[in-house]
Amino acid sequence: MKITLFIPCFVDQFYPQVGVSVVKILEKLGHTVEYPQAQTCCGQPAFNSGLWDEARSVAEHALEVFKSAEVIVTPSGSCGAMMRVFYPQLFAGTPRHDLAKTVGSKVFEFSEFLVRKLGVGDLGAEFKGRATFHDGCHGLRELGIKDEPRQLLRHVRGLELIEMDPPEVCCGFGGTFAVKFPMISTAMGEGKCQAIADTKADYVISLDSSCLMHIQGLLERQGRNVRCLHLAEVLAGSL
Amino acid sequence: MSTTAAVQFKSQARRLTADLEHRQWIFKALRGYETKRDECKARFQNWEAARQAAAEIKHDTINHLDRYLEQFVHHLESRGAKVHWAADARAAREIILDIARQNQVRFIIKSKSMTSEEIHLNEALEQGGFEVFESDLGEYIVQLRGEPPYHIVFPAMHLKRGQISEVFQKKLQAEPVTDPEALTMIARRVMRQKFCQADMGISGVNFGVAENGMIAITENEGNARLTTNLPRIHVALMGIEKLVRTMDDLALLWPMLATAGAGQWLTGYNTLYGGPRMTGESDGPEQFHVVLLDNGRTRLLADVEQRDVLHCIRCGACLNVCPIFRNVGGHTYGTTYQGPIGSVLTPHLRGLQDWKHLSYASSLCGACSETCPVKIDLAHHLLHNRRNAVKANPPLMERLAFAGFKVMMRHPALYQIGMTLGRWLQPLHKLVQGTALDPARAWTRTRQAPRFAGESFHQWWKKNRSNRSES
Repeated sequence: MKITLFIPCFVDQFYPQVGVSVVKILEKLGHTVEYPQAQTCCGQPAFNSGLWDEARSVAEHALEVFKSAEVIVTPSGSCGAMMRVFYPQLFAGTPRHDLAKTVGSKVFEFSEFLVRKLGVGDLGAEFKGRATFHDGCHGLRELGIKDEPRQLLRHVRGLELIEMDPPEVCCGFGGTFAVKFPMISTAMGEGKCQAIADTKADYVISLDSSCLMHIQGLLERQGRNVRCLHLAEVLAGSL
Repeated sequence: MSTTAAVQFKSQARRLTADLEHRQWIFKALRGYETKRDECKARFQNWEAARQAAAEIKHDTINHLDRYLEQFVHHLESRGAKVHWAADARAAREIILDIARQNQVRFIIKSKSMTSEEIHLNEALEQGGFEVFESDLGEYIVQLRGEPPYHIVFPAMHLKRGQISEVFQKKLQAEPVTDPEALTMIARRVMRQKFCQADMGISGVNFGVAENGMIAITENEGNARLTTNLPRIHVALMGIEKLVRTMDDLALLWPMLATAGAGQWLTGYNTLYGGPRMTGESDGPEQFHVVLLDNGRTRLLADVEQRDVLHCIRCGACLNVCPIFRNVGGHTYGTTYQGPIGSVLTPHLRGLQDWKHLSYASSLCGACSETCPVKIDLAHHLLHNRRNAVKANPPLMERLAFAGFKVMMRHPALYQIGMTLGRWLQPLHKLVQGTALDPARAWTRTRQAPRFAGESFHQWWKKNRSNRSES
């Protein structure tokens, strides 16, 4: 299968190893991976701020870049949700509505793509350590991804997976929310960090580097010795 | 006004998020509720199917509200009830004040009603010279403290036993006890007197049934039954969206309300009221008034995108799961309806520009949409409110910033240049990180900033893959 990668802007710049891991895994499974170099951002920051005209303008560029793709895979539930769920809303009533729906329907979050589309649950990966999993809200609630990453992680040899209590609670990132209401965002993040600490895990794994950026930022400031990893990094660990 | 409400919200949020004890207290209470809710959900054969059915019931009712309201009113009037139509809060207050004045009322007893909070009824009645008593225990406690309800379903959930005892001692000269049963007995002793004195009872309405004109009220303390039956006049205040079509609809929504909101199989007392005392009946009020309140609801009905907000049955489920509510608490909102439903609804009731900050005060996690028993798309409506707010009143600085963002993201070469610049500037940022000079201080005060990687993915691809692929 020819797979087109969408590497979100902040992954491109802050967490390139996540993209590299995705490439390695998909290639190992025998697929051709392409990366259109004109890609930038999905437009979510403007969309969530209420600036839909600006968001649409950025999203138009993304539609151009990805319109001929067979299937689009992205290591982010949040950016995936932006394209699959919100592009059709953003372009409703415009000439690009159909294109937005078509492109959106081809977008898959990475773990969802592996498990649902490729039917792969075991990548033969190995990773020694005790870890907990953070559900990014967009992946969980907009795309309905819950079991896929867990299925992949259960097959990683050497990995001990402990669920957080409470599970499924937002880390408090929320894009510009984190800087518009830093006190609420931080309070939510502190709750998340406590839940992580309670599991006594050494690693926090997630589908979204954006949540991890927030969690890692807090953990570092609190001096907690827990490392954040994207699922792809764990799965590619032994490649 | 706009700055006032927003500034107030931020300063309260700052205070409450810093109050660890408060956060833990609320968190623990709502976590306990979640467990109970899940036990009750499990008693439904299929909770998701029930949600779908409930959403369809409300969808049909709201989309044919004119027809169902007429039906409802017709049945009520045929049994001797007096129905009043109130276009806004002021009209509703006037109607109720008039009823009280015309009947030489002195003491008014109330059962729990958020709609009465919405129209600020108590203040109006007190200013009109009437004595008003809340008969729901939680409502009574916050009334004594001079506070608005903290949560639409659990008005006094923020208070500990000691604080309740304190206000009882101060306001009722009660003995210093903290045992819940003893505290309840104190309130009950006072309340029983009030029930006998009151000549008018005011209640809310949980559901109005169109097919037979009955009013459904749900409660846990039995106080609503006394409020509606003992005084000679009963006034029921009802938002026009509270209708359902049939008793079958009610049979589904009643247990769903209890489960979603309070984690109960069914609320303690569930009563249907149909009108004043009929000849030959031994109890019930002499006069039975129903005040139907619009107050922005028909405007919302005209909004195709957000019309489903009128599905709301005021169960409180979205507040309970909301991480924002859990961290800032109910009073911070400064609104009648708190939590996600309040953030979505308040701009429609009280003006978008004044209350848009609530729509921005969300991480858009979607826990509210997921839990809502009538499937209101709450998280997405927050996005709609944001868009509408920007459209009506474009924020200059943000517009400017995102104009730059737009140009950069539409031009891959500019994006690369911008990111390279960011990488160069990063070492400088380190020097000011967390200080007053730091432009990213809102982030870095509590969080380490992410670091640009030595090599972007883009660069890695160019170096390692682009020769293999044409893209």
